[in-house]
Amino acid sequence: MYTARALSARPCTLGTSQSAPRLTLLCLTGLPLIDHHEIGHLLGNDVVAPDLGGGAGRANLDDVIQAGRALYPNKIVMYMSQEADEPAIWNLTLRDHPTDEHYKPIAIDARTAKVITEPAFEGGAFMSTMFRLHVDLFAGLPGKRFLGLMGLLLIVAIVSGVVLFAPFMRKLDFGTVRHGRSARPKWLDLHNLLGIVTLVWALVVGANGMVNTWADVLLKYWQATEIAAMLEPYQGATPPARLASMDAAIKRAEAAAPGMQVAFVAFPGTPFASPHHYGVYTRGNEAFSARLYKPVLVDAQTGLITDQRDLPWYLTALLISQPLHFGDYGGGWMQFLWALLDVATIVVLGSGLYLWVQRGRAGDE
Amino acid sequence: MNSPFLKLWGIPLLLGASTIVGLVSALLGDGIWDIVSAFALGAPVAAGFWHGLRGWRH
Repeated sequence: MYTARALSARPCTLGTSQSAPRLTLLCLTGLPLIDHHEIGHLLGNDVVAPDLGGGAGRANLDDVIQAGRALYPNKIVMYMSQEADEPAIWNLTLRDHPTDEHYKPIAIDARTAKVITEPAFEGGAFMSTMFRLHVDLFAGLPGKRFLGLMGLLLIVAIVSGVVLFAPFMRKLDFGTVRHGRSARPKWLDLHNLLGIVTLVWALVVGANGMVNTWADVLLKYWQATEIAAMLEPYQGATPPARLASMDAAIKRAEAAAPGMQVAFVAFPGTPFASPHHYGVYTRGNEAFSARLYKPVLVDAQTGLITDQRDLPWYLTALLISQPLHFGDYGGGWMQFLWALLDVATIVVLGSGLYLWVQRGRAGDE
Repeated sequence: MNSPFLKLWGIPLLLGASTIVGLVSALLGDGIWDIVSAFALGAPVAAGFWHGLRGWRH
């Protein structure tokens, strides 16, 4: 008899049994990432700007860049960025060549242009391992696509779990956890209870996680269309031999985007700039607008603004939805609840696997 | 809660709506928006804990 329950039991159990260990890995490795700032602090890997008192001013950006370059004369400066809540620090990343994966991060005081520290790569060995296991299993793009597929399986399992919820819970009050001679009904009821209370959260986090694995495709599309259109006048030109003053370029970009502050700057030749341009990305300074970037392309030879545009809708949607995966946008309570929901999801996955292993035994009803 | 539909789906729908309010609220702003978010997102967590622990102890 092919009832809805029989049909939907397939994707639910298939999704859980085949991918439960990997999904549990995603939940476990995601757990420390929720609190990466606090853990970085505990491990002594976070960067703190020295207290200079008020009104220390801003150093010339060319001096800031020079301070980083002096440490590694053979490397290229790729990006410099600033956290929204820490304007006293510029984070520089340097690489041997534009596709070098092992970039060198340097934190420089934005007020004095003195090197503060060279932060641990990806926040230290522990956080870096958690991050890699969560994002690409140390396997680059194929690993990322694989985990994206796991996210899709999670969504399929959740949806089919909702369909299964009805026949199992129809005769029971919400939240009932039954006890019998076998442990199975208890675990089935806990699976249903925790599955249904974490449902919307897990769907949102899972879907956004999956979308994040495709973010690089959206970026490539944007570069091939809008950025390419902005660069049309430069076709065939040779890249500049000497770069114009970054300090002057940033000041022009800031003047062109009033009320915005610089979030990060991409140097010529990187994916977020062009061979001829600095890519200056500004953001607003309120909770919502701080998540939206506005790119300003500055000619790297003349230091003049070439073009500035708003981000296309698909990148705006990506930037707004990304925090919904990380849970880093609502303060300490949100991080705490995020961690609890994550642990509850691990229990749902574990009990689902247990129920699958014990399948066919009596006591379902 | 007389209708069988509400008996089955009433609380899940409420908790789902509360989750959405919690997720969106903190996106819109800081301060009061974060507090609203903490309570709204806390509802499904509290429901899971309350029933889960109650069932566990018996």
